[in-house]
Amino acid sequence: MTKTKKIREPLIHLVKRDDLPGWKAWGIRALSIVGAFVFICLLSFIVLKRSPFQIVKFMFEGAFGSKLSTLVLFRDLSILLIISLAVTPAFKMKFWNIGAEGQVLISAWGAVLCMYYLGGKIPNGALIFIMLLSSMTFGILWAVIPAIFKAKWGTNETLFTLMMNYIAIQIVLGSTKIWAGVTSTGVLHPLQYGHLPQVAGGDYALSMIVAAVITLLLFFYMRFSKHGYELSVVGESRNTARYIGISVPKVIVRTLVLSGAICAVAGFLLAGGIMHTVGSGTVGGQGFTAVLVSWLAQFNPIAMIVVSFVVIFISKGTTRVMENCGIANSFFSQVLTGTLFFIIIACEFFIRYRVLPRKRHKAVAPREDLDDDSVEVVEDFAEPDIVIEEPLSEADDDKQETRDEDVEHSQEETVC
Amino acid sequence: MLIMFLKNAIRLSATFLYGATGEIVIEKGGHLNLGIPGVMSIGAAAGCLTEYALVTSIGNSSPALLILLPLLVTILAGVLMGLLYCFLTVTLRANQNVVGLAMTTFGIGLAGYLVNNESDIYIIGSVGSVFNNMFNVPQDANGFVQVFFSHGILVYLAVIIAIAAQIVLSKTRLGLNLRAVGENPATADAAGINVTKYKYISTCVGCAISAIGGLFCIMDYMGGNWGDGYTLEGFGWLSLALVIFTMWRPSLAILGSIIFAGLYTFSNFAGIAAYQKDFVNILPYAVTIVILILTSIFDKKKKVQPPAALGVPYFREER
Repeated sequence: MTKTKKIREPLIHLVKRDDLPGWKAWGIRALSIVGAFVFICLLSFIVLKRSPFQIVKFMFEGAFGSKLSTLVLFRDLSILLIISLAVTPAFKMKFWNIGAEGQVLISAWGAVLCMYYLGGKIPNGALIFIMLLSSMTFGILWAVIPAIFKAKWGTNETLFTLMMNYIAIQIVLGSTKIWAGVTSTGVLHPLQYGHLPQVAGGDYALSMIVAAVITLLLFFYMRFSKHGYELSVVGESRNTARYIGISVPKVIVRTLVLSGAICAVAGFLLAGGIMHTVGSGTVGGQGFTAVLVSWLAQFNPIAMIVVSFVVIFISKGTTRVMENCGIANSFFSQVLTGTLFFIIIACEFFIRYRVLPRKRHKAVAPREDLDDDSVEVVEDFAEPDIVIEEPLSEADDDKQETRDEDVEHSQEETVC
Repeated sequence: MLIMFLKNAIRLSATFLYGATGEIVIEKGGHLNLGIPGVMSIGAAAGCLTEYALVTSIGNSSPALLILLPLLVTILAGVLMGLLYCFLTVTLRANQNVVGLAMTTFGIGLAGYLVNNESDIYIIGSVGSVFNNMFNVPQDANGFVQVFFSHGILVYLAVIIAIAAQIVLSKTRLGLNLRAVGENPATADAAGINVTKYKYISTCVGCAISAIGGLFCIMDYMGGNWGDGYTLEGFGWLSLALVIFTMWRPSLAILGSIIFAGLYTFSNFAGIAAYQKDFVNILPYAVTIVILILTSIFDKKKKVQPPAALGVPYFREER
């Protein structure tokens, strides 16, 4: 009697799907963003105890409240977009470069280095040119060192690039202390020289133009150029690439030079165009956020515009919400951004897998005892429709989790 | 001077040791969790808030309770973060790097938000002393005793956990199964090991261990001072580096963490200017990179490589 274990078919069955039409996949993603946004507003409502409509209003106020805030929003969006674009070709190649933070920071530092030592000694035009060169050199260097080791000896690039971030931060910390004067707090005040020309009366338009140009170029590079094709082949299968005569190390190094160069543009814009100085917080974690943006946009440059817009919108909006609610706490926007990412990541599952409920006719094995346990089984039959293609709320998460455990459980029993 | 330096290094090393041991356990199950800084922050915040609640309600009369309850809540918080990570990466098979980074953003944000909301959180500094100096070693004790026995209970717990993790991983069937899951989940599955279960448990246990590191860092090393909320981020990333530095062995991590902590605190004792300290602090990161490169070049027999299936989601029906 003890041996008779109930044999159950798994409650749900996962099937990988490759055939989901593009519009449907993007529809799910768009829905997930909307769902995440609604969830975020609800979360703010619970935490801040203001009506959700008011929170949405504050968010829009923070993002588009004045001409200035709108311009700042688009400027910051441009920078995040450029960094996201920078990491994209490498990711497409399955090279996990999470060192964008350091690459941008060190190129900003490279620009400030020239501003500090050459400012006032040479004409501004020449200075800007040298700054760009210096930014490029450092940005590319920071990206290409891990790439060379990866290409030649297969050194783990994720951790290598991660460590490079911190080396960049330490270099910036140390040198700004020297530049600012040993007795000071170590914060380098904005410098006078080497400012990028202001387009349309501010530091906004230039970043936007550069971001737009890079987006288009990268879109065409990835989709239509031979290089773009090669790097996606390397990403899909190294062996295939080798077989058809692509030199994998060459592609890795070349792609990371590109990555580093685009990061350098972001750093150059930050240092020369916006901040006119550098500090350990110049990039402010955007290098890591960019990794998420790039992945969530599925490496599609156009989709990246939307995702980085959502991220910046939430960050700006939340800042205003917190201000208006009288809470001086800058961390809440990170919580919301994190939540947004989780929800979108979770929804990606429904694009890649199909969840099939257990088939009805293949009922459970005959059972002798109809005790309370069986009630549960019947209930499972009563509602076999699993939530599919719908943004997950937390409640759904829980449900899914318990179900999955259930599946596991029954699989185990099937084995027995 | 030397005694102070060693003492400080050993004390700080516990933070890295917790983080690294936790991450090793997770990675042995085939998961690269870049969310360790977030997990540590959340763990620290949960522990600190519990501590805060205890101090405001019962005062600092019962040292045992002041240590145990926050520790428990911290572990719980770590497990919850582990469950979140597992749900996304194991059940939903999402990209581990992305989930990890999102967890770092989320964790640091949530921890900072919760802690900064309590305007008088600084009062937990008054109970920081219950965490350190477990054996009540006097200030004038001899050097050896000072270096090894003047620490708080959590430092010794870190070493115990690291040794236990090493034994479980290399000497027991449980550890063998877990390593099989990390090396080749398909084979492990065929051998009747419940891959999902192993992944869930190892990740939750690993996150719980890392979370204690956060609590230790704030309550013991920082003396109950939350700081700016980003200290733990740097320590978290260094713990990840330590995993490679020690080649996925918790026992080596004990020594490795002391070396890391030594490199990290070295600049405080070298008698150099602030800006020079910043440059000296490149050392732990540079050393990690050198180790990474050396192991990848000279490890021809693939003896100290990461688990083969690290970072690869497992889907049974995939060929």
